[in-house]
Amino acid sequence: MSIALETTRLSKRYGSTWALRECSVTIPQGKVAALVGPNGSGKTTLLQLAMGVSTPSSGRVEVFGWSPHEQPLLVLARVGFVAQDHPLYQGFTVAEMLRFGSKLNPRWDDQMAVVRLERVGIPLDRRVGKLSGGQQAQVALVLALAKRPELLLLDEPVAALDPLARREFLQSLMDAVAEGGLTVVLSSHILADLERVCDYLVVMSASRVQLAGDIDDIVNDHQLVTGAREQVERIASRHAVIQQRHSDRQTTVLVAGAGTDAASVWPADDSVLVETPSLEEIVLAYLGQRSDTGMIARPRLEVAP
Amino acid sequence: MRIERSTVLFRIDPRSGVPPYQQLVQQVRQALRVGWLEVGDQLPTVRDAVRQLAINPNTVLKAYRELEHEGLIAGRPGQGTFVVKTLADASIKNQVALRRSLQRWFAAAIDAGLDDESIVALFETTRRSLRAEEAV
Repeated sequence: MSIALETTRLSKRYGSTWALRECSVTIPQGKVAALVGPNGSGKTTLLQLAMGVSTPSSGRVEVFGWSPHEQPLLVLARVGFVAQDHPLYQGFTVAEMLRFGSKLNPRWDDQMAVVRLERVGIPLDRRVGKLSGGQQAQVALVLALAKRPELLLLDEPVAALDPLARREFLQSLMDAVAEGGLTVVLSSHILADLERVCDYLVVMSASRVQLAGDIDDIVNDHQLVTGAREQVERIASRHAVIQQRHSDRQTTVLVAGAGTDAASVWPADDSVLVETPSLEEIVLAYLGQRSDTGMIARPRLEVAP
Repeated sequence: MRIERSTVLFRIDPRSGVPPYQQLVQQVRQALRVGWLEVGDQLPTVRDAVRQLAINPNTVLKAYRELEHEGLIAGRPGQGTFVVKTLADASIKNQVALRRSLQRWFAAAIDAGLDDESIVALFETTRRSLRAEEAV
C-alpha cells in the first residue's frame, strides 16, 4: 500500500518548548485518519509540518514521498487544508470565493464545487459573512476539495459546530471520500463520531504520539479484564497494561497485545470478566497516562521511535 | 416522512461498543433472519449508505466484504450488491422448538428467584465458558 503521510522522529521546538517530539507515524493512502489529543498536544503542529507552512526542528516529514518544505510546489498542489476557524473573506460572495480559488489553483474543479454547494443548499450569491457557522465550514470544505487534493488535512473541522451541522459536514466529507482517491487526516479533541468516520487513529498527548494504527486492529488488540486483584494481576503480568483501577474487591485493567481471542488466552474462569473496550475507553486510557517517553512498548501496533 | 429507496435502513449506535462495520453486518444478518431481506433484494450502494449515515465508505465496504465472504450477498458489476442467500428458512423452523424450551427454562429461572440481570449474566458466563472449552 502506498503511503500518503509519513513522519520519522519528527520534532518541532518553539524556543525551549517542544510542540512535537520524536513523532513517527505512517498514514497509508485511502485512510481517514484521526489525530486525537487534548489541546496543545501537537496536532496542529503536525498538520502544519505536513503542509510545509512550518519547518521541522529535527526529523523528517514526507507527503507522497516529498518533503513539504523542501519541495512545496510538488506537495501543495496535492494537499488541501481546512483550517480550524475556516478563514474566508467575509465580504466575498460564495461565487467570488470560488473565482478566487480557481485563480490560485491550476487543477481547480469549478463544476464539482458548484454541485457540492447546491447539494448542501448554499446559494452562490450569498455573502460569506451572512452564512451560518455550519455553512461556512461547508464552503471551506468545498474550496479545499475543489482543488482536487489527494491528501486533505483538516484542523478541528467540527469543533465549533452544533450536532446537526457537524453531521452534515461529516456527511459531505465522507461523500468526498466515497468518490475515491482521497486520504484524509483530521485532528479532533471530540471523540464522538470518530469511529463512524475514521478508520485510522493517532493518539497524541504531551507533544508525543502515544498510539497509532488501524482502528479495528486497535480495538481487537485491547481487552478490559475485571476480577479479583490477584487473578487479574496474574493475567495482566503477561501483557502490556495500559491502565489499571482498583477497588477493595475488584481490579480492572486494560491490556494490549493479548490477541483477538481472549477466551483462548485466558482461563475460563467465571470470576474474571474479559470484555472488549470501546474505542473511547482505549483513547482515554492512553491520554490518561500522558507518557513522556512516547509509545508504550506494544506488541503489534508499535510505531515507537 | 422520508422513504428510502433501498431495502434496509442502517443505523449506527456509537455507544454500543460494537465496531460500526460489525453493526452493519449484524443488521443485514438480522434482516435476513426475520425475512425483511430476501434473495434478489438489493442492498444500499456504498454511496447511499455513506450519505445516509455520514459513515466512512471503507466501513461499508468492509461489512459487505464480510457478508460476501459468508456467501450471503454478492456484488454484480455496475449494478450493485444483492442478497443471494437468506438465513430465514433453516433457523426459523428450529426456533419454534428452541423458543418453547427457552420459555420453560425462563419459568424455572424465575421460580428459582433469578431476575433479568442474573439471567443475562448466567447466559453470558455459560456462553463464555462453552466458547473457552471449544477453544482448548
